[in-house]
Amino acid sequence: MRMPFTRANIHAFAEWSTSEPRSYAATRRGWLFAHRIWLLRRLSQTLVLALFLVGPWYGIWLAKGNFASSEILGVLPLADPFIFAQSLFALHKPILLAVIGVATIVALYLLVGGRVYCSWVCPVNVVTDSAYWLRDKLGLTRDRKLDRRTRIWVLVGALLASFMTGTIAWEFLNPVSLLQRGIIFGIGAGWGIIAAVFMLDLFVTRRGWCSHLCPVGAFYGLIGAQSLVRVSALQRTACTDCGACFKACPEPHVIMPALKGKGTHLILSGDCTNCGACIDSCYVDVFQYGSRLSPKHAAPEAYINAPATPSRIPAAAAAAE
Amino acid sequence: MQDNNDPVKHALPPTSGNAAQTENRADQRNAKPAPAPKGNAGKATGYSRRDFIGTVAKSAGVACIAAVALDQYIRTARATDAKALRPPGAINEEEFLSACVRCGLCVRACPYDTLKLATLGDPAALGTPFFIARESPCFMCADVPCAKACPTGALDRDIADIRDADMGVSVLVDHETCLNYKGMHCSICHRVCPIRNEAITLEKQTINGRAMIIPTVHSTKCTGCGTCEKHCVLEEAAIRVLPRSLGQGKAGRNAAGRPLTGHGQLKRDL
Repeated sequence: MRMPFTRANIHAFAEWSTSEPRSYAATRRGWLFAHRIWLLRRLSQTLVLALFLVGPWYGIWLAKGNFASSEILGVLPLADPFIFAQSLFALHKPILLAVIGVATIVALYLLVGGRVYCSWVCPVNVVTDSAYWLRDKLGLTRDRKLDRRTRIWVLVGALLASFMTGTIAWEFLNPVSLLQRGIIFGIGAGWGIIAAVFMLDLFVTRRGWCSHLCPVGAFYGLIGAQSLVRVSALQRTACTDCGACFKACPEPHVIMPALKGKGTHLILSGDCTNCGACIDSCYVDVFQYGSRLSPKHAAPEAYINAPATPSRIPAAAAAAE
Repeated sequence: MQDNNDPVKHALPPTSGNAAQTENRADQRNAKPAPAPKGNAGKATGYSRRDFIGTVAKSAGVACIAAVALDQYIRTARATDAKALRPPGAINEEEFLSACVRCGLCVRACPYDTLKLATLGDPAALGTPFFIARESPCFMCADVPCAKACPTGALDRDIADIRDADMGVSVLVDHETCLNYKGMHCSICHRVCPIRNEAITLEKQTINGRAMIIPTVHSTKCTGCGTCEKHCVLEEAAIRVLPRSLGQGKAGRNAAGRPLTGHGQLKRDL
């Protein structure tokens, strides 16, 4: 009671707070190992928001605006491609500045992955991850099945509605915009919608919002399907079939081809958010970040296990293409 | 984790045995309906034309439901309350909602903290910038920093002069409480108006035999900044900025089809 922060207490808390999928790695390699990328993601999400908040709080204007459109250091414009697409459907003629901002973001997504936004930037990710964690802790298993492609059709619906109403339709209820804008500019009664998303994920559908319904992530996934940085199941021969990565992953279907297939080691689905939950949760280091251009990751297994000679590496690259 | 419905189980590698079960179930589902089509494509993918048409129909259905629901919701949610005014340089409200991405750059550019982004329950569409004149009017910065900050063209970045702004029009809405109509020389609205002696003038009138000076708004000069409304000394302002569609009349055509002149010409048409 007098000493709540003893080493033993902290260890007990860490053990208690670790979710079941990460516990495989946590017990064998330590809490920090099982949460290393998770910690980086939370840091990234905090820093991006901080970038926008040190202006209004301390007068240090690093970024103005919010995630929908912003001005970085007074020069670089950034703009959200999904909102831009809806604006086009609403028949608004874009101005050059918006096009530059969107092109910059699209280029970034093509580099590091479209849904990197979802796992490394979006604050709703913290809400839904928390709901998923609480599900695990409370042992809630109720899961109203939704087709994960529903989000694609919500996306199509949002674009259609933009055309029908002549407005940027999804922004009238988008919880993703609502939360990031709310944190930066004030949220008012918007907490209600965020609470609804949390409840949906907790009580109704496992990973309901981000992995089944959100058209924003779906749109970035379409862009990111071609992106350079991908998670690679490079050491898949070491897999012990423990299933931890599948449980930790918000989009478990993306893992199978890379982990159990015979082709490329890269997870190529645009649904993958590059969140690194598989990397964190694997205690035998099967996964790591890789690049689409790297022969090592893209090549089939035979080339990796065979002793590589300098002349064979380019051939492997060619074979993978 | 004992839950059979957990998608994790279905995604597990074949060694767990679950995948085989899933396949069996899928086979049964596919086998029940009428014989699979004979086309090669169907056999090769294990995905019949019937499945394909079904999926497309269902998906199109979901998209249409989403679109119609969103459309209906927007028709109610897009309405902007008359007291919520858009920043200077805003294009007309219909187009504004197709352009504004709700980023708040105009809000950040406003040196007077006049502009706000609407949250749920505010009188403008969610996330869009607005101000309420009675709380804080537009201070009519000569360089219009808010409009220049707009990254989408929802506010006209090329606005040359703040006097071209058209946020609404000021209207003396209540003659019964306006102190000038009681014969006093309040005239505060006239004195605070930033477009001095042009947007609001004091006109001598004789009402019921008494000489009065009546604040009179000239719609072609008024920008709708709301300074008059802000400073009206009454508990509820007798002079208010309204959207031009509410605040102004418009003459039609006479019986001969000629336009009637001199009334209600919109500022943007001049």
